[in-house]
Amino acid sequence: MTASTTTPSRKGRRFRFNWVDSFLWFIRITAIITIAVGITGSVQHFIAGEGPTLEQWRDLIISSISTGAMYGLIALGYSMVYGILGFINFAHGEVFMSGTMAAIIPATVLFNTGFWDAQPVLSLIIVLITAMITSVLTAVIVEKVAYRPLRGAPRLIPLITSIGVSFFIQYAFAGLFGVAIRSYPPPPGNLTEDIIIFGVPIEGTKILVIIVAILAMIGLWYFVTRTKTGRAMRAVAEDKEIAGLMGINVDRTIVTTFIVGGAMAGVAGLLWALLFRGVDFLTGFLPGIKAFTAAVLGGIGNLPGAMLGGVLLGLFEGVGPILVLDGLDIVGIDIPAVSQLRNAVAFIALVLVLVFRPTGLLGERLGSEDRA
Amino acid sequence: MKRDLKHIRALGLIAGLSMSFVAGIGMVEKFNIRVLIEPAVTMGYLVLFVMPFVAGSLAARGVPNPLVEPVRDPRANGISGLITGLIAGVFTAIFVLIIDTFDVTEFFPNMRASTVEEMTFGFGLAVGLVVLVLATTVIGGLGGTIFGLPQRVRRGLTTAGGWVLGFALFEVIVSDIFSFADFLLDLIYAPQGGLEIWSAVIIGALAWWLTARYEGRAKEFALTVRDADPKSRIRRSVIWAGILAAILLPMLLGGIVNELLINVSLFILMGLGLNIVIGLAGLLDLGYVAFFAVGAYGTAVLTSTMGSAIGPGWSWWIALPVVMVFAALAGLFVGTPVLRMRGDYLAIVTLGFGEIVRILLLSDWLTPIFGGAQGIRRIPGIPVPFLGTISGTRPELFIYFMMIFVGIAAYISYRAQNSRVGRSWAAMREDEDVAEAIGVSTVNAKLLAFITGAVIASFAGALFSAKVGTVFTNSFDVLVSIIILVVVIVGGMGSIPGVFVGAFVLIGVLGGPKSPGLLQEFAEYKLLIYGALLVFMMLKRPEGLWPSARRSRELHQEEALQDAWLDKAGEFDDDESGEVTS
Repeated sequence: MTASTTTPSRKGRRFRFNWVDSFLWFIRITAIITIAVGITGSVQHFIAGEGPTLEQWRDLIISSISTGAMYGLIALGYSMVYGILGFINFAHGEVFMSGTMAAIIPATVLFNTGFWDAQPVLSLIIVLITAMITSVLTAVIVEKVAYRPLRGAPRLIPLITSIGVSFFIQYAFAGLFGVAIRSYPPPPGNLTEDIIIFGVPIEGTKILVIIVAILAMIGLWYFVTRTKTGRAMRAVAEDKEIAGLMGINVDRTIVTTFIVGGAMAGVAGLLWALLFRGVDFLTGFLPGIKAFTAAVLGGIGNLPGAMLGGVLLGLFEGVGPILVLDGLDIVGIDIPAVSQLRNAVAFIALVLVLVFRPTGLLGERLGSEDRA
Repeated sequence: MKRDLKHIRALGLIAGLSMSFVAGIGMVEKFNIRVLIEPAVTMGYLVLFVMPFVAGSLAARGVPNPLVEPVRDPRANGISGLITGLIAGVFTAIFVLIIDTFDVTEFFPNMRASTVEEMTFGFGLAVGLVVLVLATTVIGGLGGTIFGLPQRVRRGLTTAGGWVLGFALFEVIVSDIFSFADFLLDLIYAPQGGLEIWSAVIIGALAWWLTARYEGRAKEFALTVRDADPKSRIRRSVIWAGILAAILLPMLLGGIVNELLINVSLFILMGLGLNIVIGLAGLLDLGYVAFFAVGAYGTAVLTSTMGSAIGPGWSWWIALPVVMVFAALAGLFVGTPVLRMRGDYLAIVTLGFGEIVRILLLSDWLTPIFGGAQGIRRIPGIPVPFLGTISGTRPELFIYFMMIFVGIAAYISYRAQNSRVGRSWAAMREDEDVAEAIGVSTVNAKLLAFITGAVIASFAGALFSAKVGTVFTNSFDVLVSIIILVVVIVGGMGSIPGVFVGAFVLIGVLGGPKSPGLLQEFAEYKLLIYGALLVFMMLKRPEGLWPSARRSRELHQEEALQDAWLDKAGEFDDDESGEVTS
């Protein structure tokens, strides 16, 4: 939005090192020192035989990656909408929640009839399809009712609208499904058992989560780069007006974007059901914000970036508190119960990403209007 | 004609869906406890039947077209409304039938047998459904017919309806104000709550007659005051009358209303602060509650001797300036890293900051200082000479503190808005690059906005902790940030009176994040309504209820240009503009 976010305009003032820059450098250096000290401390602990064992670290990393893969799938929706319409769709977390919540109906029914354990694959597919359909419907309705009339409105207007939409969906679901936490039945069949890959035992659900995420990502990549609709989406993201002149139906393409984003959120809903099982009307809020962080981390508008950002964010918040914060006691900062600070670590990661590299790890891909 | 029918069908379906929705989330059932007019009109049915009424009236208007005046004809409009209502009624009836037939309570706890009973008015399924469809149809038709009536009658009806509703909905406040005239209240209100039917008729008729007679004069007076010179006698006397009323009112009002006013003014205070950040400087801050938390926890730690390891037990008056400095530093600290971010990244980063603050306050790590989940207790109130310590237990005195600080914040906003800083904020809000090019230091302007906003929020925090006496992290949820945002937006971004209007309408009537408003029944659903309201305002009236002149010009710039263009086009060719519409 501002010229000052890009480097060229900074270069002109090479010799003016104002206090804002100093402050940013202060943040950068403090962050690096804190992380370095923390990791050193943890390594020391590890060598001294304190803290988590190697097996515990491994399990932690694997579960962080699978949580991160789920964030990545939600992040795709943020990234695509941002790439095309140029605003943060706050309600995307709720799109994810709607699918997760609705799919509890078939899951419970199937579980009660015994079908769940008899036909695990089929059951999961039914749950997946329900979650996807609900999420897609939510996304499309939201687009039509709330965002379409606001095309071309000042930038903050759709953003504020999406906050309103997000609240409306949350409390509409609270009204419909009640406020209590509902629980998915335990994963069917022998999914929870460990599977040994390269001599490393890994919990079956986590492998399934990672495989599903990879498959979804491949499907999406094929769709965006190899199909006509995908090309239309990229064209609209680049320049809506010219894409329209080239005979692309802009409205329909934008709806397609919401459909694809919603479908990915629906897949993430299934993964949530497998990983955490519990769901209530606020379930979408934190994963939503974290997924946006992941999208920024990877570079907004950049689809592989979103997935990478998701996995990295999962690692940051899963491993970070224990690796960095627990190790800080070698300099006398003793933080009890570091896992409480998990969410704070995720948000600090967001701030640091934006301070260190606002364009994300793989670079942002934005349309001509948003790039400026 | 075909388009109109499609329009009617769509409206009918939307109304039916909305009716099914409010029934399905249990709103009708829960609101039905509250009787508005003896014996039939309850709040639940009001919420339910507002849908076909509005849909009927919209259907009568026809497909929206700015170039054509809608046809006003009671009979034709009434028929459109009737059809709309019929569709809505049938839709709802089918919904009720479905939830009666299938047991879905396992997943949708609010779609239970008692819901069906409320929706069929206790007449049993068959008769009840017929009554439901008929009632919806008639109310839809009524909506249409009223749209078609001549303007004079329509306005009379709306004012009368508005006043009756006001008296019925705000029974608590009316009783509280007129508690000295008990016999009158007993006359108007039924013993178990709600207006008596005849008193509703009298209030309506009286309102109609009074507005018809005096509205013109009142408007004239308002216009004279508005256009008068700020230093003129009439303007001054109005302002003095306002101040006098503000001083006298809390003495006359009862505890409930004062308590409510304190809550409202707390949000006015925060709204004014956020208005500077969002409305004037155009920085979307979603973590505003963090500064409120700094103010509240700062005061709590400095004045309380319980729950915190520091606890110097200072007086509130000494703590206040220290807290203000802390808040300003916090504003600087949050503001600096986000200076060069895109507007919408700023939103999410500030949201993140707000959450970080809350998580840190709650964490075991900082429990010795901030009390963790226990919070900080026994915060003394505000010591005042001759009056003792004033805290939330004495709302009739505490309200004056709120008024003073609201006054200070409003004065700061007003002066800032019309100063050099205010103009640089406006320039920055419009276009940062251009602002920088004409010599506005956007760094300073942004930081100043953040700091001013933070300090005003810390006032609110300091007052809040003195009022409640205990602070928990619960009171500093993201929700609070969002609710302040809704207050500012509903009132009108960048508009100082707008913040007052927004806070009174939302916090006063619907209720704040933790405190109930006048309509206590809404408690469970208020966030649903907040969300819907935010979307509605953004779509239909982005400039807010009481817009600032500059802001509404900005938002409607395009329309104004379009109008000018249309006028110009009309000069050349008059009948072609008529062709376009058909």
